[in-house]
Amino acid sequence: MKRTINLTINEEAFEAEAEPRLLLSYFLRERAGLTGTHIGCVIGECGACTVLLDGRLVKSCLLFAVQADGRKVLTIEGLAKNGALHPIQEAFVQQYGLQCGYCTPGMVLASYSLLRDNLNPTEEEIRKALGGNLCMCTGYVQIVESVKAAAKKLQQS
Amino acid sequence: MIPAPFDYVRPTTLDEAIRLLAANGDEAKLLAGGHSLLPLVKLRLANPKILIDLSRISGLSGIRQEGDQIIIGALTTHYEIESSELLKQACPLLPETARMIGDVQVRNRGTIGGSLAHADPAADLPAAILALGAELRLTGSDDERWIKGEDFFLDLMTTVLKPTEIITEIRVPVLSGRFGTAYLKMPQKASGFAIVGVAVWIKVEDKACTAIGVGVTGLGAKPFRAKEVEKKLWGKRIDHTFIDADASHVDHGIDPLDDIHASAPFRAHLARVYTHRAIQEAVKRAGVSMPSR
Ligand SMILES: Cc1cc2nc3c(=O)[nH]c(=O)nc-3n(C[C@H](O)[C@H](O)[C@H](O)COP(=O)(O)OP(=O)(O)OC[C@H]3O[C@@H](n4cnc5c(N)ncnc54)[C@H](O)[C@@H]3O)c2cc1C
Ligand code: FES
Ligand code: FES
Repeated sequence: MKRTINLTINEEAFEAEAEPRLLLSYFLRERAGLTGTHIGCVIGECGACTVLLDGRLVKSCLLFAVQADGRKVLTIEGLAKNGALHPIQEAFVQQYGLQCGYCTPGMVLASYSLLRDNLNPTEEEIRKALGGNLCMCTGYVQIVESVKAAAKKLQQS
Repeated sequence: MIPAPFDYVRPTTLDEAIRLLAANGDEAKLLAGGHSLLPLVKLRLANPKILIDLSRISGLSGIRQEGDQIIIGALTTHYEIESSELLKQACPLLPETARMIGDVQVRNRGTIGGSLAHADPAADLPAAILALGAELRLTGSDDERWIKGEDFFLDLMTTVLKPTEIITEIRVPVLSGRFGTAYLKMPQKASGFAIVGVAVWIKVEDKACTAIGVGVTGLGAKPFRAKEVEKKLWGKRIDHTFIDADASHVDHGIDPLDDIHASAPFRAHLARVYTHRAIQEAVKRAGVSMPSR
C-alpha cells in the first residue's frame, strides 16, 4: 500500500507517494528527479548513493524512503548556491578529483561531512572518512588531494 | 534488489511496538538501523509481512551512567558509541570497538541492539560485550529479563531472543582501578567485518592480573568468551612469561568457520595471534611493562 512521504530535500519541502519498499535512492532519483544521487552496487558497499540525513552521512540504498519521512535530506544538488559551485566541488575540479564522475557525488558529500566537523584533517583522517566510498577510476590520490585543497579553501573563507 | 511488498508501521512508544510485535508474531520484523535487515529483504532472504520501525521511539537510545553501570539504549548508533565522552572515560573498549565497524555511513545508521540481535558471527560489538560481561535487557509483552551476553548467543545468527521480545538496553560496568582494554581485528577487506576479532579487558593490582575478560568474534558460528584463556591468566603475575602459551587455548572446543576469506586452520591461527596481541596491548594500556617474547 502506498504512503505519502513528506520530507525536506535541500531545504525545500517535498511530498510524494511511494510503497514502503521503495529505497530512498530511487525515491530521490525517480520521484524528486534528483539524479545526482547515483546507484552503484545497491548493497551498501560503494557509496555512490551517499546523502546526508538530518546532517549525518548515509547510504540511501540502505534506507527505505519512508524511514526519511519528516526528516531532512541533503543531496549533491543542494551544495552549489546560485549557480556557484561549493568550494569542495571547485577543489575536485581543480585537483582532477574525478574521471568518469560516477563516485563523485558520494565523494564530495563524504568530504563535506568530514570538513564540517574537522577543517584540518590529516591524510589518514581523510582516507578514513572516505572509506565507505569506492572509485573505479582515480586511484584515490587526486581525490585525497582534492579534499586537502578543499580544506584550505574553507579555512580561508 | 527489490524487496517483496510489506506493511510499514512506526510506533512512537515501546508499549505500542511490543503490542504490534505480539499481534503479528512471525510475520513481523523489527527495523532499527536496517543495515543488516535491508540487505536480507532486498535479496528476499527475509520476507516479513510487516516492518516495525523502532527509530521514532524516544527513550530507546542514549548513554547514561547509573552508579557503577552504564546503560546504553538499544537504538544507540555505532557512531554515538564511538563518540561518547562518557564511554571513552568509563568503558573505552566499546568506543574502540565501534570505531572499527564498517565505514562512516554504516556507523551513522547501525545500532548496538540491531548488531546483537542479528548475531552475525563476524560482527564486532559482540566481542566487546562478552569481554565486559555486559547484560542485555529483553522486554516482552508480559515479562522482562536481563540476560548475560554469554548466555544470549546460541548459534549462527541465532539468539535466545523470543519473537515477541525487544532488546531495550545494554548494561556495561564502569571500569575502575588500574585497567587496560583493547580490541584487535583482522578485517575482511571489502566489508570491514571481522575475519577474527578479539576484545580484552584486564584489571591489574600489584603487578598481577586480578580480573580479565576475553571476547572472540569471527572464529566460530557464534561469538564466545575464551574462558579457558581467562582462567589461566586470572590471578597470574604479570612478567615476561605472563601470556606465554595461554593465548593458544583460545580455539579449544571451537569449530572454526571456513569460507573464501579464511580457511578453518588459518582462522584458528589468527585467533591465537590476535588473542596474544590483544592481551599484550591491554596490559600495556594498563601501564604495566611486559617485554614481548
Ligand atoms: C556495508 C556494511 C558494512 C558493515 N560492516 C560491519 C563491520 O565491519 N562490523 C560489524 O559489526 N557490522 C558491520 N555491518 C553491520 C552493521 O553494523 C549493522 O548495522 C548491524 O549489524 C545491525 O544493526 P541495525 O541497527 O542496522 O539492525 P537492523 O538491520 O535494523 O536489524 C537487524 C536484525 O535485528 C533485529 N533487531 C533490531 N533491533 C532490535 C532490537 N532492539 N531488539 C530486537 N531485535 C532487533 C531486526 O529485526 C533484524 O532482524 C556492516 C553493514 C553494512 C551494510
Ligand atoms: S549504491 Fe548504495 S552503496 Fe552502492
Ligand atoms: S571517477 Fe569514476 S568511479 Fe570515481
